[in-house]
Amino acid sequence: MLRFIVRRLLQLIPTLLGLSLLLFIWLHRLPGGPETALLGERATPETRAAVREAMGLDDPIFVQYGRFLKQLLTGDLGNSLSEKRPVIDLFLERFPGTIELTVVAMLFAIGLGIPLGYLAAKRRASWLDHMSVGGSLVAICIPIFFLGYLIKAVFAVKLGWFPTFGRQDTTIDATHITGFYVLDGIMTQEWDAALDALWHLVLPGLTLASIPLAIIVRITRASVLEVLNEDYVRTAQAKGLTERRIRGRHVLRNAMLPVVTVIGLLTGGLLSGAVLTETVFSFTGIGQFAAQSIDHRDYPVMMGFILIIAVVYVIVNLIVDISYTFIDPRVRVR
Amino acid sequence: MRAPRLKTAIAVAAAAALALAAAGCAESGRDPEAPKKDTLVFGVAGDAKVLDPSFASDGESLRVARQIFETLVQPEEGGAKIVPGLATSFTPDSTGLVWTFKLKTGVKFHDGTDFNAEAVCFNFNRWFNYSGLLQSPDVSSYWQDIFGGFAKSEDPKLPPSLFKSCTVKGADTAEIAITSVTSKFPAALALPSFSMSSPKALKDFEADKIGGTAESITYPKYATDSPVGTGAYKFEAWDRANKVIKLTKFDNYHGEKAKIKNLHFKTLTGSAKQSLEAGDIDGYDLVAPADQKALKDAGYNLLPRPAFNILYLAINQSGNPALAKPEVRQAIAHAINKKAIIDSKYPIGSEVAINFQPPTVPGHNPGVTKYDYDPTKAKALLASAGVTGLKLKFHYPTEVTRPYMPAPKDIHEMMVADLKAVGIEVEAIPLKWNPEYLNAVQTGKNHDLHLLGWTGDYGDAYNFIGTFFDRAKDEWGFTNQALFDQFKAADKEPDINKRVELYKALNAELLKFLPGVPIAHGPNALVLGKNVTGVKPSPLTNERYASAEFK
Repeated sequence: MLRFIVRRLLQLIPTLLGLSLLLFIWLHRLPGGPETALLGERATPETRAAVREAMGLDDPIFVQYGRFLKQLLTGDLGNSLSEKRPVIDLFLERFPGTIELTVVAMLFAIGLGIPLGYLAAKRRASWLDHMSVGGSLVAICIPIFFLGYLIKAVFAVKLGWFPTFGRQDTTIDATHITGFYVLDGIMTQEWDAALDALWHLVLPGLTLASIPLAIIVRITRASVLEVLNEDYVRTAQAKGLTERRIRGRHVLRNAMLPVVTVIGLLTGGLLSGAVLTETVFSFTGIGQFAAQSIDHRDYPVMMGFILIIAVVYVIVNLIVDISYTFIDPRVRVR
Repeated sequence: MRAPRLKTAIAVAAAAALALAAAGCAESGRDPEAPKKDTLVFGVAGDAKVLDPSFASDGESLRVARQIFETLVQPEEGGAKIVPGLATSFTPDSTGLVWTFKLKTGVKFHDGTDFNAEAVCFNFNRWFNYSGLLQSPDVSSYWQDIFGGFAKSEDPKLPPSLFKSCTVKGADTAEIAITSVTSKFPAALALPSFSMSSPKALKDFEADKIGGTAESITYPKYATDSPVGTGAYKFEAWDRANKVIKLTKFDNYHGEKAKIKNLHFKTLTGSAKQSLEAGDIDGYDLVAPADQKALKDAGYNLLPRPAFNILYLAINQSGNPALAKPEVRQAIAHAINKKAIIDSKYPIGSEVAINFQPPTVPGHNPGVTKYDYDPTKAKALLASAGVTGLKLKFHYPTEVTRPYMPAPKDIHEMMVADLKAVGIEVEAIPLKWNPEYLNAVQTGKNHDLHLLGWTGDYGDAYNFIGTFFDRAKDEWGFTNQALFDQFKAADKEPDINKRVELYKALNAELLKFLPGVPIAHGPNALVLGKNVTGVKPSPLTNERYASAEFK
């Protein structure tokens, strides 16, 4: 197992090298340039040229790439051009929010999606099945920005149950240690702060969960349906095993492999930032930050962001691969 | 035994999902107003960049600076006229080159030190002696815009500094000498960038110790975490992760103290309107024109600012030769139905422009020649000029809106229809705002008509009409030395009252000469909660929240 993990982590090196080279070439093909972000709208062509020269943007691309790699090897992702602060600091400020949001969204999606998918399969063609399948189709079709706006209009504006924005009430004087506000509240025993942070996660979490929830319902349903027709399920029923035992030991466990794969992919996707959800809920996460960096032609942020996300993806997929061994004892990682 | 583990995991996830929802229900009993009695949360559209106002040029940084800091002179409340601020009076000598500022006494900085003439001179000398990166246009942009160069300018292109010296003439008197008489001084001292900082704090927090490179500046602690001014609010914290700047009431403020204890500026990317309606914020700026009526009708305190901008239709007299004829320019002015454009494309409170400056700024002249919508007269003028089959290139910008130009394409289309109605053919040229459009119309030679405008920096008419017309520019394509001399005379007039009269005369002259057509002044608005009163909107966005209170 350890060898497998090390090998997979080593595979990151060529992946990141290839990715960074492609990105470098792509970024240089983008119209406009970082000098516009730096100098504003009315800068003269001379000032632009001077800044490009000072930043080394006119050097051959491979010279610039070499400079970037050298910097990267020292763990330095450079400074953001628009925020004028180290990319790594900006990333660390925002990533905890994205992780919290992803965890909550996946809790909603898994916690509701698997039971719903299972029940829909078990009671095939019932009203519950139709509702689950139809509902998941609707959830996939509604654009996130609209769903978020709608959820806010009902649960925040109309009913006043939840806040409309942010990660924590600005009036709460909370101590932040890790940047994970719920965790910080628990660690410092500032229960009000922890509960408030949790409270702020509900609506964006639900909004972000909509698509993963729908996908998990449909995949679980299809997978359970397939397993329910397997001989070993019939055998278990013939043996007189209880419904609960058949569901837990034979059906769900065998149906979970594709579901776990999808959960892994979805989690990786959510961790790379939920631009729309973050925007609608003014939630400080990395998605919005990355989107803004494209507007600002903020090359260091774009590079840093994409490379870090690549690492996150590889790690999430590694965890998924390892989790197969727990679900299916026949699977062995080598 | 693995199956139960899986089941447990799913059960835990389901329980957690329900618990989260339950957490919401438990919290739902909160009264959104209750914890905010002593905190006003104002939603802003972007993060402030820096808290040292001398380094700031973006609206959000300056908004925060206005609450923490004060300037020697300031715009009058709700207007653009310059009135005393930390200085109780400001008078020039007979040459207009030396100004005496009498200062308020008993004023304290937030760190407990005294505000006096020494502090004034310390601040001016600090700005004047900026060196290295502090001379970067990205850092000291307003100093360079207004005062030009520094004691030792490192960029040879910088003009000589307007600032000459600051002399302490007693605790409450500072004498500032400038190198030439100009309309900028002292009006531009109302800009928040020329706010008074505590000399002690500037030294303690090494305010000039700027790091990094011109492309990637690292600001000193004073500019990021420790600004100290004399304002009604003092800085408390900048929670960057949560995107909120927290200020708290300064108990030793020399004027009327803040009525609300805490003032928070929270950056929002989602719908600020929804957050206001939910009671999560107590106000926000730049209310979308489409939301203004609905919010007003719902009882929110909508505060439209008096307009401080202008949209004009520029005419390039070096373009099509016909445009050099006054009758043709007059025909274009009569052809445009300005009121129809404003009625259909502008927000509440917008008005037709008759000068090239807004009425809020002294020097506006209501008695200028007016060009009412009159297509018949426009046709007659074209005929009298002997112009037929006129075809003009009409540039307009894409991917941009400005308060003075909320819908460039629509405005352009309406104007094209008006021009066609009087027999002028138009070739529409859309260009991306920056840099293509700005380059084409400001430094290019190939344009006939275009849309452009300006939002003022400070309350002096020269900041509008002087910016547009005080010298020959490619944008307008004319040379009118008599007019340029008139501008020079106004700029050099040290007596403010006399200068205002010169501006009025200039406005009359401009509308006679008609280098372009003034179109509209488009105000923007901020909104405050139903229970928040006491804030007066300012054309210069100079709102002070110290006067706000919850009903």
